[in-house]
Amino acid sequence: MTSIRCAHSHRSKRTENRSKAAIGLVLLVASVSCSAQPQVAAPAGDIGVLHVRGNVYMLVGANSNTTVQVGEQGILVVDTMTESEGDRLLAAIQALSDQPIRHVINTHAHSDHIGSNLAVSLAGDGLFNRNASINVNTPPSDPVSGNAPIYAHENALNAISAMEPSPPFDAWPSSTYFTESKDLYFNGEAVRLFHQPNAHTDGDSIVQFRGSDVISAGDIFVTTGYPFIDVDNGGSIEGIIAGLNRVIDIAVPEALQEGGTLIVPGRGRLCDESEVVEYRDMLTIIRNIVQERIDEGMTLAEVQAARPTFGFDTRYGSESGSWTTEQFVAAIYDELTRGKH
Amino acid sequence: MGSLPQRSVRRIGLCLAAILAGGAARSEIDLSGNWFVAYHEDWIEVGTGPDIADFTGLPINDAARERALSWNPSLINQPERQCAQLPLDYTVFWTNFRIWKEIDPFTQRILAYRSHRQWGEEKQTVYMDGRPHPPVYAPHAYQGFSTGEWDGDKLKITTTHLKEGYSRRNGVPRSDRATIIVYYIRHDDHLTVARIVQDPDYLTEPLIHTTNYTQELQKEIPPWKCEIVTELVGQPEGFVPHYYPWKNPYADEFSEKYGIPREAALGGAETMYPDYIENDRE
Repeated sequence: MTSIRCAHSHRSKRTENRSKAAIGLVLLVASVSCSAQPQVAAPAGDIGVLHVRGNVYMLVGANSNTTVQVGEQGILVVDTMTESEGDRLLAAIQALSDQPIRHVINTHAHSDHIGSNLAVSLAGDGLFNRNASINVNTPPSDPVSGNAPIYAHENALNAISAMEPSPPFDAWPSSTYFTESKDLYFNGEAVRLFHQPNAHTDGDSIVQFRGSDVISAGDIFVTTGYPFIDVDNGGSIEGIIAGLNRVIDIAVPEALQEGGTLIVPGRGRLCDESEVVEYRDMLTIIRNIVQERIDEGMTLAEVQAARPTFGFDTRYGSESGSWTTEQFVAAIYDELTRGKH
Repeated sequence: MGSLPQRSVRRIGLCLAAILAGGAARSEIDLSGNWFVAYHEDWIEVGTGPDIADFTGLPINDAARERALSWNPSLINQPERQCAQLPLDYTVFWTNFRIWKEIDPFTQRILAYRSHRQWGEEKQTVYMDGRPHPPVYAPHAYQGFSTGEWDGDKLKITTTHLKEGYSRRNGVPRSDRATIIVYYIRHDDHLTVARIVQDPDYLTEPLIHTTNYTQELQKEIPPWKCEIVTELVGQPEGFVPHYYPWKNPYADEFSEKYGIPREAALGGAETMYPDYIENDRE
């Protein structure tokens, strides 16, 4: 008989005891190889924690997700939530492992994904600042060893450095790339950053954990609503659809279109390829409908009145807040008619 | 889900009462075995498949109708959909299955019912140990997350955490926020499975449906395998077949073929009940 109980943890006994005493977290075991469904192991706290697979966890904040990879070499953190969530995020990360934070990655430059860059980086130990003459008696925890470096696409750095008010310098990405991709190897697996041009912003990175078979998609993929197209920072619907197609291209389902590669969205629930396909199909259909209405000669007001998103609005639409359905349609319309007015 | 008209509530209540009548004082009943669908109803839907734009009998809202009218059958030729398993909506009413108990070896209590379906090899676990459903950010699945409890001799299964599915396999959507309640009602070698779908996004009333199975002692569930091949030849990566809802060339085909008013063919709770037919005759 196969047991329906299972558990995974990378915590040492010491960390386990510390974390039990320190915080209450939701720890869910989402590994499909262990059980078909996750299990609740603790009462809900402010930051939810899901074991995704292998070395990788998903941490769920109020408005965004963080991906954490842990192992013998230390901790790698993808996105750092908002500034106000910093203490709770650190507590949740440190409950998973007593190893130091070695790397931080930003999928893009929005405040709900970089807000605690400073806290997370300063709490880390990137090793890079050690020099060759290091005293052999210097303990590993010595602060001279330096912050954890923050990786991002160059355009994300440009956006962060231009923010008003400017975040502290130590919160800026310290290691950027301007090529199509950047490779790391950490905790026994390849970690690949793919730049997705002009998608959610012009500085998006999709992060693939190749050994754990997990993708951290950033806000190119969210399950909570229509994607925010940050037009002012180079975003576009075409880029978002291209990014979703890239995720689908990388992902491989285990069987019958379920399981296999797991995808951590920028916001919302843990997914697999099939859910990215549904989202991609929705955005493609909406884009095509807007284009068809444009081809029929409709103005923006007429397209909005025709409600090209109508079939999806009950699930994804919003009439209020910072990103409404009306704004979403306007962004697509403007993009598709750019240069044609 | 919003409040329902009193008339609809009474109808749903009567329907549920008929499905669930009797047995409240009786005890749990063993469901283990191989169950085979008695294909004496819904043949078109489980066989060749429904016509395009046949939404009759479905309490869908306008958003669901809009999406269904944009559906193109070639969508299932996408490489990512060719081998996709059926959503729970369909597995519970159209495919043979095996169900077995998982027993705690120490207490001998039933921890879970597990099932394996023939068409698509869908697997479902129904937890019987009283565990709560996971938080909303936990993964969803085609068969969802299910817990069971006995209501007399009827097993009531509540399923959440569903991936998006369909209420009818001609594009009528069922959202990932739906809850499906299923009753297993055993009568000796016969099993009635009642499905009640509640969807805040695409249904205005619960969708209720029953199917009958018979237990076969000399049959087994055969394997089902699937290989993805290129079926949409010459299309670019990410091609999504669809119609524009206001231009679907087949939107009226079903209603014209069967002489059904277009309004009735396109579904909705108001078209589901006998008084609609009586009004239509007048």
